[in-house]
Amino acid sequence: MSNMLEVADLGHTYGDHEAIGGLSFTVRAGELVCVVGPSGCGKSTLLRTISGLVAPSRGDVSLHGSHLAVVFQDYSRSLFPWLSVQGNVEFPLRSLPRAERRARAAEALEWVGLGGAARKRPWQLSGGMQQRVAIARALAYRPSLLLMDEPFASVDAQTRFELEDLLLRVRREHDTTVLVVTHDIDESVYLGDRILVLSGSPARLVADLEVPLPAERDQVTTRTDEAFVELRSKVARLLNVGKPTMDVEKWAAAERESLSETVSS
Amino acid sequence: MVGELVTQLTSPSFISHVVATVLALLIAIVIAVAIAVPSGLVLGSVPAVRHATRAVIEFLRPIPSVALIPLALVMLGFGPETKITLAVYAALWPILFNTIYALDELDPLLVDTARVFGTGRMGVLFLVALPSALPFVLTGIRLAATTALIVMVSVELMAGSQIGIGYFIMEARSGPGRMDQVLVGTVVAGTIGVLLNNGLERVRRRWVAW
Repeated sequence: MSNMLEVADLGHTYGDHEAIGGLSFTVRAGELVCVVGPSGCGKSTLLRTISGLVAPSRGDVSLHGSHLAVVFQDYSRSLFPWLSVQGNVEFPLRSLPRAERRARAAEALEWVGLGGAARKRPWQLSGGMQQRVAIARALAYRPSLLLMDEPFASVDAQTRFELEDLLLRVRREHDTTVLVVTHDIDESVYLGDRILVLSGSPARLVADLEVPLPAERDQVTTRTDEAFVELRSKVARLLNVGKPTMDVEKWAAAERESLSETVSS
Repeated sequence: MVGELVTQLTSPSFISHVVATVLALLIAIVIAVAIAVPSGLVLGSVPAVRHATRAVIEFLRPIPSVALIPLALVMLGFGPETKITLAVYAALWPILFNTIYALDELDPLLVDTARVFGTGRMGVLFLVALPSALPFVLTGIRLAATTALIVMVSVELMAGSQIGIGYFIMEARSGPGRMDQVLVGTVVAGTIGVLLNNGLERVRRRWVAW
């Protein structure tokens, strides 16, 4: 399989805060890769540098395809309230002729089960439906890579399961390459073909794990599968390993600071 | 007075006064929008321009439009252009500041969304910033319309015109001293304000209901 995304020694610093500290990984065509890491570890910065919203301080991002699409966590702020559902889905397709735009938007809305809601305004829909509109918009763009930033973190548990299964179905049907950033360990195992585990800030790659689960997954049986449980525990352990060392470092730094203050006064 | 109201509302000369004021008012609002919205978009999205023009704007804005009436009469004469110019001047500020404010409030996530889907700077301005500013702009226009009406009638009262509702009130007071006609003029002027306000509010609810 060819590589769709190559990230080489990617690093980003805001002022004197190092958000990402030299990440290298690849995403193969057709793969669904989950990036999991503790809150505030620089996952969002990673996504912003890959999507081109932020120019990284160092390193390279190369996409072997024409363009990418992003689904953000906050669907209510990412959909244009003055456009209809259809208008939102057509937004990335502005350069296409009207008829084709219409057809592609209608098709993408069918994929996410919202064929009947095309004329509604986004704010007339439930949260889960709004996020499906955002997914349809991304799919209608036919991206080489679909980036998702905590896509299901703002919906209730039931809807979350539905949306996870919807994502698995559409990426299988349309052979989409997907990179999902999440803080949820279970979600990363359930969705991913592969999991990239990041350490706390600055984000570094701790592990790159293959998910030994079949492509067909089920919310009930997969989550009780031995391989699922085992991998989930492994990721959890990996994520916790980073924490004490970070705290010890902070504590030591604070101590050094107070010590130097005592000396200078 | 009710009888006088009925008489006036069926009198062609009174109707032409009303039409003159309303027409001049609508022209003034359209011109004010055409100046203030683009200026607001530039000032709101290019901080350098905003800083450079701050001193001028802060100097011009507090000048009461009514205080400019004598100057405008000397410079522009007694035709409708005087009252339109002054009404435009008064209407400019609420629209301009609401547009700038709207751009400050623009949700960065909407801009990010547009950008990841390959939208350039101009595209973001016209496809994201402008529509998202629309509710604020419409509120600005609604406030501006009321102010413009006040200025317009004031200019007419100060003889800056030979026609208009203000001129009618002035005539009724100074000539025959018909207080009933003065009241009719006042009530009709107020009604124009209310109708304009409600109309714009309806437009807002119909077209920018989010």
